[in-house]
Amino acid sequence: MLKITSLNKTFNPGTVNEKRAICDVSLTVNDGDFITIIGSNGAGKSTLLNMIAGNVSTDSGHIVLGDKDITYFSDVKRAKFIGRVFQDPMMGTAPDMWIEENLALAFRRTKSHTLKWGIKASERELYIKTLAQLGLGLEDRLRSKVGLLSGGQRQAVTLLMATLQKPELLLLDEHTAALDPKTASTVLELSDKIIREHSLTTLMVTHNMQNAIDYGNRLIMMHEGRIILDVAGEKKKALTVEALLKQFEALSGAEFSNDRALLS
Amino acid sequence: MLTTILSGVAQGLLWAILTVGVYLTFRVLDIADLTIEGTFPLGAAVSVMLINSGMNPFLATTIAVLIGMCAGVFTGFLHTVFKIPAILSGILTMIALYSVNIRIMQDKGTVSISGSTVKSMLSDFLTGNFSKLFENGIKSNTLSMGTGLLTCVLIVSLLYLFFGTEIGGAIRATGSNKNMARAMGINTNAMIVLGLALSNGLIALSGSMIAQFDYGSALVNMGQGTIVIGLASVIIGEVIFIHKDHSFAYKMGAVIVGAVIYRTIIACALKIDWLKATDLKLITAVIVAIALALPVFKEKAAAMKRKRSNREVA
Ligand SMILES: Nc1ncnc2c1ncn2[C@@H]1O[C@H](COP(=O)(O)OP(=O)(O)O)[C@@H](O)[C@H]1O
Ligand SMILES: [Mg+2]
Repeated sequence: MLKITSLNKTFNPGTVNEKRAICDVSLTVNDGDFITIIGSNGAGKSTLLNMIAGNVSTDSGHIVLGDKDITYFSDVKRAKFIGRVFQDPMMGTAPDMWIEENLALAFRRTKSHTLKWGIKASERELYIKTLAQLGLGLEDRLRSKVGLLSGGQRQAVTLLMATLQKPELLLLDEHTAALDPKTASTVLELSDKIIREHSLTTLMVTHNMQNAIDYGNRLIMMHEGRIILDVAGEKKKALTVEALLKQFEALSGAEFSNDRALLS
Repeated sequence: MLTTILSGVAQGLLWAILTVGVYLTFRVLDIADLTIEGTFPLGAAVSVMLINSGMNPFLATTIAVLIGMCAGVFTGFLHTVFKIPAILSGILTMIALYSVNIRIMQDKGTVSISGSTVKSMLSDFLTGNFSKLFENGIKSNTLSMGTGLLTCVLIVSLLYLFFGTEIGGAIRATGSNKNMARAMGINTNAMIVLGLALSNGLIALSGSMIAQFDYGSALVNMGQGTIVIGLASVIIGEVIFIHKDHSFAYKMGAVIVGAVIYRTIIACALKIDWLKATDLKLITAVIVAIALALPVFKEKAAAMKRKRSNREVA
């Protein structure tokens, strides 16, 4: 369970560039929740995920994961519990290393690093099996450099890496936004499959409202650093894009502005 | 001519140790570490002073390596703890080491070795135990070459094993993509410090060996330009031998050959009448600049070719 209480973040406080990015956000994520997050540009979605992952420091409030208060843990320490896939496909893998070496790093995410061998022969079977699930033929290319893969392939590998050791929490920040539509839907389907299979507790930011409705069991809408809508279960299933847009205008008093938002 | 080439090869193998160190920071960690310009004379100064005080040269060399590693750790701290850019962190340590080295050398610019060195001990050992093989004594070049080659093989083997371990993989990941490494729970700061320590240990070893095998002394200024020399060797090795998907051990082998080629070129260049020894740095800079610019030339040539074939079709 992830429990966030009264979280606040202001960038560049006391300067002309002062920006309240997260305002008094509280959120309880139950085990197995798959929450999709939508919101206009600059709503604070990425900042919230970065604060949970430890890449952005917290001004006030608390983040509790399971029984640990992780508010002041470093990002590296939190990586032992949290899996991440970034928007930029270049960010989640080491391009100069082989596919199997990348997976071997992921396999050791939850442990400390020692002078034992970085990859054992017995692990390869697991990697081949997991890669085969992608259906991209990567299981035959264990010794290809990841830098040679396409953006979609890299994002799929990153997804495997984030979930190879079951994380207590999976954070996906517009992880299909940089891909072409067909690849994006493949990677999204794959994410959904992995999340269901391992019943991973997940927060997924997306700019695609239809996807936000179709995937997951709960939907959150953010605006100007606040959570303005939180629907789950049957109510979420009954949502439509038009209804969501209406709700947004009613709740925020503004027009939904996300230049990438797909309305269909 | 042959002796010139042989001495170039002998020197190259000693400098190759430095080159491997430069490769570790420049290519594996993706950091241009200028500390080495101070670590190189530091390694020489520490071992020479210890040898002159009567210490066993092998022990003295080992201590020099450890102190060199400390210099790397210092730069690593400046960079990771205080967030000073890597280049500047290296320069700060380098400048500081200049004063430190002069203190170590007791205010002298040059200190000659008086006492047995690793070289003289090896020579005595070999002529003593294998007198049949070395009836006429051992040539200085042969000894340097043999020791250099052996040391290089040993270092590459050890590094190959090390980079196959979890920590070694974590260092490579840190250099390849820091973001990803951190998301994989790797303490990238620790890995950078460790990498710099390893690299500078090798640089100090190289300085110590060159003082003992080649110069016969430690010089305060012997570090000048070592970063460019190291880069030149790395790049020559890469340009000639490396095509993308080679293994780690192969790459380090290539870089060592690069150092040998570079030293041989320099040794031959010195034989040209109208070139002065002081022109060396200029030649080195030109070699490195050309090697670094090579990808641009290649791309230009390819673009020209495309343009030409394009016109013909139209
Ligand atoms: N590192 C930063 N420094 C200053 N301002 C930032 C930083 N990161 C985000 N912001 C600002 O905080 C607000 C929220 O950004 P973000 O969380 O990226 O929004 P989004 O919901 O589009 O992901 C934006 O106004 C953005 O400009
Ligand atoms: Mg964002």
